Amino acid sequence: MSNKPATLFDKVWDSHVVRKIEDGPDVFFIDRHFIHEVTSPVAFLGMEGRGLKVMFPEKTFATADHNTPTINQHLPVQDPLSANQLKALETNSNKYGISHWGLGNPKNGIVHVVGPENGITLPGMTIVCGDSHTSTHGAFGAIAFGIGTSEVEMVLSSQCIMQPKPKKMRINVTGKLGKGITPKDVTLYIISKLTAAGATGYFVEYAGEVFENMSMEGRMTVCNMSIEMGARGGMIAPDETTFNYIKGREKAPQGAAWDKALAYWKTLKTDEGATFDVEHTYAAADIEPMITYGTNPGMGMGITHHIPSALAGDSKASYEKSLQYMGFHEEDAMLGKQVDYVFIGSCTNGRIEDFRAFASIVKGRKKAEHVTAWIVPGSHIVEQQIKDEGILDILTEAGFQLRQPGCSACLAMNDDKVPAGKYAVSTSNRNFEGRQGPGSRTMLASPLVAAAAAVTGVVTDPRELMA
Amino acid sequence: MAYDKFTILKSSAVPMPIENVDTDQIIPARFLKATERKGFGDNLFRDWRYETDGTPKKDFVLNNPIYSGKILVAGKNFGSGSSREHAAWAIYDYGFRCVVSSFFADIFKNNSLNIGILPVQVSPEFLDKIFTAIEADPKAEIEVNLATQTITITATGASESFAINGYKKHNMMNGFDDIDYLQAMKEDIKVFAEKSLY
Repeated sequence: MSNKPATLFDKVWDSHVVRKIEDGPDVFFIDRHFIHEVTSPVAFLGMEGRGLKVMFPEKTFATADHNTPTINQHLPVQDPLSANQLKALETNSNKYGISHWGLGNPKNGIVHVVGPENGITLPGMTIVCGDSHTSTHGAFGAIAFGIGTSEVEMVLSSQCIMQPKPKKMRINVTGKLGKGITPKDVTLYIISKLTAAGATGYFVEYAGEVFENMSMEGRMTVCNMSIEMGARGGMIAPDETTFNYIKGREKAPQGAAWDKALAYWKTLKTDEGATFDVEHTYAAADIEPMITYGTNPGMGMGITHHIPSALAGDSKASYEKSLQYMGFHEEDAMLGKQVDYVFIGSCTNGRIEDFRAFASIVKGRKKAEHVTAWIVPGSHIVEQQIKDEGILDILTEAGFQLRQPGCSACLAMNDDKVPAGKYAVSTSNRNFEGRQGPGSRTMLASPLVAAAAAVTGVVTDPRELMA
Repeated sequence: MAYDKFTILKSSAVPMPIENVDTDQIIPARFLKATERKGFGDNLFRDWRYETDGTPKKDFVLNNPIYSGKILVAGKNFGSGSSREHAAWAIYDYGFRCVVSSFFADIFKNNSLNIGILPVQVSPEFLDKIFTAIEADPKAEIEVNLATQTITITATGASESFAINGYKKHNMMNGFDDIDYLQAMKEDIKVFAEKSLY
């Protein structure tokens, strides 16, 4: 190893390169591979067509999430196509000896929630999954990113993929966050500054006081959204917060293995003097509760602001198309906009801290009558925490129902679809046209903003409802 | 899955001057329920292409018979969003072999290259020239030459070079894929895996 100062990203990336191809990608070794029912069946088919086998079945973990119902999970899945995909995941996992947490398994939940909460995700790892929000796991100081099905087949059959090394970006957020400002607001703020394509070609390291003070749940929310500004992934150097979170989790190292791992993990930080291709710095004091008004996650703003005017030039037509889809106009205030649906959940905001935040606002209030709310924990473990901590009682008292874990209305592959023309405040990650159902209109926001909308029935600044 | 070799493609093109075309527009999530790779082209751009009752939307470019061809030309940041390879499959299955834009999302670009679609990134100025050429003549021929890494508007002769790494270029010109490459180096991978901390 050279003594040249290296970034966290360089350290993890370079230690996983099996071969460098001249004028080509790196052959990149994968430590952990997550699979789910939607993007894996064709990979297994392809592998079998070539007569290949799974090389390291113990490095792949399967969970069903994208396509699962969030009520009556004990009953057979109604949609035959969904049922077929779930069955294929189970059959393929069993056939090759891959750990499988299917529907009804107490460990089941959204892949990016169950990986960390069971200690499968560890610092310094390389982690991939056929899902772009795999970037979530970067919160632990891992290099984690989404891959396509051809690459799923590569990992299954050779534990490697072929990747050009991305460029490096560091994003610093300095200072302290104000009251009612959550990790979701931090990430929506950054994306609004950089745009939905502003980090394409880069791998991001998040640094600075705001991230140092953030919980693991919050760091996961931020890293999760890295893909929404085009970055392949984002990561945060592991620290005591990380180690405390991991220690004692089921699949985390123990005893001597823990000590050895910990010694290594403590080296995983960007050295003084290491350089990035691009660096951005923002002040925490400038961040407000955020909400999106358009049809990509870069179209976000502080909740008290007015929708900006279209920029002159090429993007004007696309901007206007976007506002037209949303039924909004330039200069509209977002506060007071009608809300029909509220969704809290997803790999972005489906962890216990998110439900605690939601409950802090709805406690002692009632759900607005016209609002349909979907409250969907990220996993059965989160669901149990919600019950154990008394959050379920608060929700029930306020007129909300708790559903069962899954990706749910984030991508609306199951029945949790927002009807055409209706407005949803959603804690998920994408506000694309039709993302939450054909014709649905999504406003992305934090669990606090979602809660404020759920009890008032309109877009509301959650700070007004906070003690 | 091996794919057809890509050398020179001469074709008219379908213009889609929209920015940030995301993978949920290319193929909505509700059409990802298959366990085999077939038929995705039917649902390419589903919600832009069809009314909810299945009637084609007249104003959408794929429903306009004056436009056709194996090249899709789109605004910047094409393919943002999900890692679903189904988006690339849908484009391939519909009959496109090349997508031209002034900017591509990373995962979409990788997925395309892995299944035999050539993503050609051009300057915003050249993208405008292509749109102008198609506006003047909906059947305007575009030539994409992978060997020379050039894209040319036949009628005007306007041309620009594009980037692709040597490894991927070789693969596409010969119809090879990464899985073949990785299988051939499995011994090295085994040795590497033995040293792995995880």
